[in-house]
Amino acid sequence: MADTVRDPPPDGTDFHELEDGEELFPEPAAAPEESQPASLPAEDISTNSNGPKQDLLFDDDPEDLFAEATEEVSLDSPERDVLLSDGPSPAITPITPPTSVITPRIGHAHDDMFTHSSFDEIEEEEGGDSFDIHISVSDPEKVGDGMNAYMAYKVTTKTSMSLFKQKDFSVKRRFSDFLGLHSKLASKYLHIGYIVPPAPEKSIVGMTKVKVGKEDQSSNEFVEKRRSALERYLMRTVKHPILLKDPDVLQFLESSELPRAVSTQALSSAGLLRMVNKAADAVNKMTIKMNESDAWFEEKQQHFENLDVQLRKLHASVESLVCHRKELSVNTAQFAKSAAMLGNSEDHTALSRALSQLAEVEEKIDQLHQDQANGDFYLFSELLGDYVRLLTAVKGVFEHRMKTWQKWQDSQMLLQKKREAEAKLQFTNKPDKLQQAKDEIKELEGKVQQGERDFEQISKTIRKEVSRFEKERVKDFKTIIVKYLESLVLTQQQLIKYWEAFLPEAKAIS
Amino acid sequence: MMEKYNRRVKAADVTTPQSSQYGFLTGLSPQSTLPNFKQNEFSVVRQHEEFIWLHDSFVENEEYAGYIIPPAPPRPDFDASREKLQKLGEGEGSMTKEEFTKMKQELEAEYLAIFKKTVAMHEVFLCRVAAHPVLRKDLNFHVFLEYNQDLSVRGKNKKEKLEDFFKNVVKSADGVLVAGVKDVDDFFEHEKTFLLEYHNRVKDASAKSDRMIRSHKNAADDINRIASSLYTLGTQDSTDLCKFFLKVSELFEKTRKIEARVAADEDLKLADLLKYYLRESQAAKDLLYRRSRALVDYENANKALDKARAKNRDVLQAETSQQLCCHKFEKISESAKQELIDFKTRRVAAFRKNLVELAELELKHAKGNLQLLQSCLGVLKGNT
Repeated sequence: MADTVRDPPPDGTDFHELEDGEELFPEPAAAPEESQPASLPAEDISTNSNGPKQDLLFDDDPEDLFAEATEEVSLDSPERDVLLSDGPSPAITPITPPTSVITPRIGHAHDDMFTHSSFDEIEEEEGGDSFDIHISVSDPEKVGDGMNAYMAYKVTTKTSMSLFKQKDFSVKRRFSDFLGLHSKLASKYLHIGYIVPPAPEKSIVGMTKVKVGKEDQSSNEFVEKRRSALERYLMRTVKHPILLKDPDVLQFLESSELPRAVSTQALSSAGLLRMVNKAADAVNKMTIKMNESDAWFEEKQQHFENLDVQLRKLHASVESLVCHRKELSVNTAQFAKSAAMLGNSEDHTALSRALSQLAEVEEKIDQLHQDQANGDFYLFSELLGDYVRLLTAVKGVFEHRMKTWQKWQDSQMLLQKKREAEAKLQFTNKPDKLQQAKDEIKELEGKVQQGERDFEQISKTIRKEVSRFEKERVKDFKTIIVKYLESLVLTQQQLIKYWEAFLPEAKAIS
Repeated sequence: MMEKYNRRVKAADVTTPQSSQYGFLTGLSPQSTLPNFKQNEFSVVRQHEEFIWLHDSFVENEEYAGYIIPPAPPRPDFDASREKLQKLGEGEGSMTKEEFTKMKQELEAEYLAIFKKTVAMHEVFLCRVAAHPVLRKDLNFHVFLEYNQDLSVRGKNKKEKLEDFFKNVVKSADGVLVAGVKDVDDFFEHEKTFLLEYHNRVKDASAKSDRMIRSHKNAADDINRIASSLYTLGTQDSTDLCKFFLKVSELFEKTRKIEARVAADEDLKLADLLKYYLRESQAAKDLLYRRSRALVDYENANKALDKARAKNRDVLQAETSQQLCCHKFEKISESAKQELIDFKTRRVAAFRKNLVELAELELKHAKGNLQLLQSCLGVLKGNT
């Protein structure tokens, strides 16, 4: 039954099993270890008392692994820390980890809490691999000429995971390849509730400048921005345990030749189709009125809505800071030149020298401002931009859940109608029509059940995805903001050095 | 017997900025031990126009042609701040209550700071006059300081402003002609070339420093907004990040204040210095112009005398006129030389003082910033 839980998105059956394995909460009954369930911190979902109980209503099938899992969770005292399902995978999954792997890990469950998500632990279980992969995007190279030219980026993967054929390898990819990858992943996973990281945005203006061959600062900056964005995109994608294993991702990283993703072009027919679909979606969103029986989802949606608003605001302020900092750098450089000229024309020797020194200090400071502006941008601003885009993906999965619910409701209503029609047919003497109706009803009943299962599945997936997303968010913001503050520290230290060197010069004026 | 001239100019209680809309008012409390002052300590209220009147009276006085006339204080300019305050009022609906009160307080502080600075600049003008051995004896100056009624000095009306404009045009055209005359005196020749170049470069440096400082202020404003956003994020977040954001927001609040102070100090120590020497170097140029003018007049008088002697007509008249011109020229030359030397001394001293103070302040603020950043990082890293 577990196999038919969802529409088959990936190719290959190992995928199914892996997914099952990853979704599981520790089952006290099946678990060979004696770890007390109560000691395992509860998953975030239990903070909302509605959540687990609701699930219980659906999961009365004893074969369904989820049933006991949710029971187990609701028994725990809801804690805000995230659960590590470091228990063993249940019997159903063919890849049962050796018991020896289990016990040691319980010990460092808490240590790893902030460095690995629950999925990573499951990774460890299954392949004996830790999450060890680092991707870098580098060496942008212009290929071709004129309007057909493009930038080729070198994508280097360094990993010790057995998932990959080699430990250290690289390939050449162009921007549309990245877009193609995202498009494939989105079509496979978004509609079943996985938060697929969005690809960097296209920029017709930026690319045209590069194509035309302008070798100036702004086009260099554009390429660097893009390179950095592509790197972050890939790292985010592989951090997702499901996406990491997707064959498209593996092919993207490993294979030397990749079929051109033509459908990513904005003006292609696929592009136009996308635009039409987006418009249709927007209309649909407005018309779906879902009976939200699970307050957790409503709460989370509101939370993400608020977060979106605030992040956009913050992002705008940081972008403004980057802009003003760059201006400050330029103006400081100009002042430095002016001060140097003033120093030249000053006829008092000591003052003249001091003014020249001032000019030198200001010149160094202008470079400092330039570097800081880059820090502002690449660390702070891009982090915020990435999360604003990620939140659209998050909102997307919530919408898909609504659509799934709608589909379920629609089949239910249709079933109802058919049943009514069948009841009426009972009183007429049309045996073949009756049989047809009965057949249709049978079919619809199956559809309704499927719809219900799909809805449950996507709800479950979203809960886990949201918890993983939030963990990643906390980690990302903490790490990057700390890095940003450290960059600010460096700037101040340099400033101190420069002014300390200047002060005696100023005092030496007699 | 050295006249101990101790002059202290104290600004009146700075009332709410609105009152300055109608003119700049300041109370002066000069203390003097000069015998020709009727009291020792007294105060009057003067408007900006009255300062300008005093300055112009110096410029127009032929007796003072040989001195660098201390530059007039600049007109108080509250327009920018008033505009910002107005815009803030209009945008009241679009921000939270805290943000609004915060920005309002800051704008009011900025307004006050500009007010104080303007008062200080007027004070500097008067102190310069008081320090000048000749100008301090000027009658108008005494009236300015003592007469405790309104001086009824009206600002120049349109006709007079037009006259001034034409006078300036004539002067600058003349100045070009006069500047072309090469001076036999090396000292003055050097001073002329020096001042011309110096004045232009100070002008440029002043403009560039203003732009630099404005960018700095803009960046500080951005950090302010970032701090507010982080605060909101911190209060909204339900994860670990809430404490994190609140701490970083607090940090940015503090560093922003320091950045604003850096901009303000740079403004005070660097921009104002350059602006002042822009005006002083102009005053020095004016002195040189007057001297060159007197030289030209002298040379013309010489030529006239030669002609008169040749024709043997109006010789006496020509002789007196020539003597007057000679006397005027020599008087100006003598005092101008001293004035220019003093100018250099003053300039060097002012630059030294301000550059040292600038460096010290920059260091103080950078160290303050560093300390805030490091202590915050310590807390953040310790918690995670």
